Amino acid sequence: MSPMQAPSPQPASDVTMSSQTFPMQMAEEKKQVAGELSKLSTTNLNFYYGSFQALHGISMQVYANRVTAFIGPSGCGKSTFLRTINRMYETIRTSRAEGEILLDGEDIFRLEVSELRKRVGMVFQRSNPFPKSIFDNIAYGPRINGSVSRSGMKDHVEQSLRRAALWDEVKDKLNASAYSLSGGQQQRLCIARALAVDPEVLLLDEPCSALDPIATAKIEDLIFQLKDSCTIVIVTHNMQQAARVADYTGFFLMGKLIEFDTTTVIFKNPARKETEDYITGRFG
Amino acid sequence: MVFHRFRRKAINAVMLTLTGLCTLMAVGTLVFILGYLFEHGGRSLTLDFFTKLPAPVGETGGGMANALLGSAKLLLLASCIGVPIGFLGGVYLAEFGRSGFSSVVRYTTDLLNGVPSIVIGVFAYTLIVLRHGFSTMAGGIALGVMMIPIAIRSSEEFMRAVPLSLREAAMALGASKTRAVFTVVIPAAKEGIITGIMLDLARVAGETAPLLFTSYGNNFWSPGWDQPTAALPVMVYNYAISPFEDWHQQAWSAGFVLLMLVLTVNIMARVILSRKGHVAR
Repeated sequence: MSPMQAPSPQPASDVTMSSQTFPMQMAEEKKQVAGELSKLSTTNLNFYYGSFQALHGISMQVYANRVTAFIGPSGCGKSTFLRTINRMYETIRTSRAEGEILLDGEDIFRLEVSELRKRVGMVFQRSNPFPKSIFDNIAYGPRINGSVSRSGMKDHVEQSLRRAALWDEVKDKLNASAYSLSGGQQQRLCIARALAVDPEVLLLDEPCSALDPIATAKIEDLIFQLKDSCTIVIVTHNMQQAARVADYTGFFLMGKLIEFDTTTVIFKNPARKETEDYITGRFG
Repeated sequence: MVFHRFRRKAINAVMLTLTGLCTLMAVGTLVFILGYLFEHGGRSLTLDFFTKLPAPVGETGGGMANALLGSAKLLLLASCIGVPIGFLGGVYLAEFGRSGFSSVVRYTTDLLNGVPSIVIGVFAYTLIVLRHGFSTMAGGIALGVMMIPIAIRSSEEFMRAVPLSLREAAMALGASKTRAVFTVVIPAAKEGIITGIMLDLARVAGETAPLLFTSYGNNFWSPGWDQPTAALPVMVYNYAISPFEDWHQQAWSAGFVLLMLVLTVNIMARVILSRKGHVAR
């Protein structure tokens, strides 16, 4: 096997590669994995909260219809990175992003922010349903965007709830308050609410950190199913979760993207010492 | 050891008694006022009080129907002025204000809240009454101005209590900041906002001083908005300082009715708020 060979999209063959080949490839600016379609692409992304630099020169690709996970210790910038992709950081007045993020080749900083957020949905760490009925929670996005007709709303709500595997549990109480649901159901409701806007990319910011293992398993199943229709980016503290759900994994440390590769490589054969230390639990 | 334990228990007993006594005095005062008013005003309350005009001097009987209607009209006008200004001002402070300007507005609002009500009366007198005479309009405006500070601050506080995560959720779905405020934050805070405004209304309903200079008083019906009008608190004042026993009795009744109205509004406000699951303050 030639050490200069481009990495293969098949995780299995990646594992068989000798680890010495990777430092050379990391030196490249950005890897484009053959056979994968780039959905999001960042180039030299820097991010500042006031004078504090939270992200340092992030350059990477998120591939279409794949699950990309970001792991790393608290405060390493992975959530900040997520919030840069849909420009949620803009609610903080002193924050500032530099560099380039392309969504299907379009500069996200030139897009209308509401347009961007329709295309890039987000689910937060703590489930945050609106104090409205289950139906109105799902219908909120389509209503404000005017994307679904009044008559088609019922079907659209059902479809969104089905996509989030919640329909069977709530179909008889669509008019009940969203707060009557359990924690795991509320989080799936938030996923359904995000899906109702038909996003191309779904950002999940530690979606299971407040959930028990059963609810977590349900959400992970859901992520598998959603891959067909969405590109998913998930930030997680739980490394097993990243290993279970993600096709690609990036490791953040102190605002830098230390390593990015297929999940199999990151967990079985990481190129960088820091990644290995983190994954084996030597720090973090 | 024994001494220390004794000392601790003694201090505990003294403090418990002291706090308990003070609480009792606070609650007792209210119960006493309620009881006293009921004794003097409530028992002699007749249907005439609600349906008849005041009797001319020298005659007994009559009622305060005109004052009831007058108070209702004054409060309606006050709400039309105080509620939109207060509510939208609160929305601005809670959601859109930059910190520097907001704190100036907040400070000014608190100052306005502390302005004695009689000064507001004089203010309305100079501005309106001197040009157009005593009227319902002038009284309503004076009460409306009095409503603004509390309406602003209570609306602001209840909107601030809505978690940031709900605003984020709305904005992550493509809503603009303004849209998020009007479709998520305000609906989530609406029970609190309504409660604040009701309590505000209950507070100005009992105001007498600003009305003495503005709506003045009237023994007859006051059609329209540009004539002096009777109002319950002013009636209480006028009747209580009169030399007639029958009028004193009616002043008691008016006081009782006023208190009952305020109490009802207060209780309704608490019910609305507790139904929402907020802790009533």
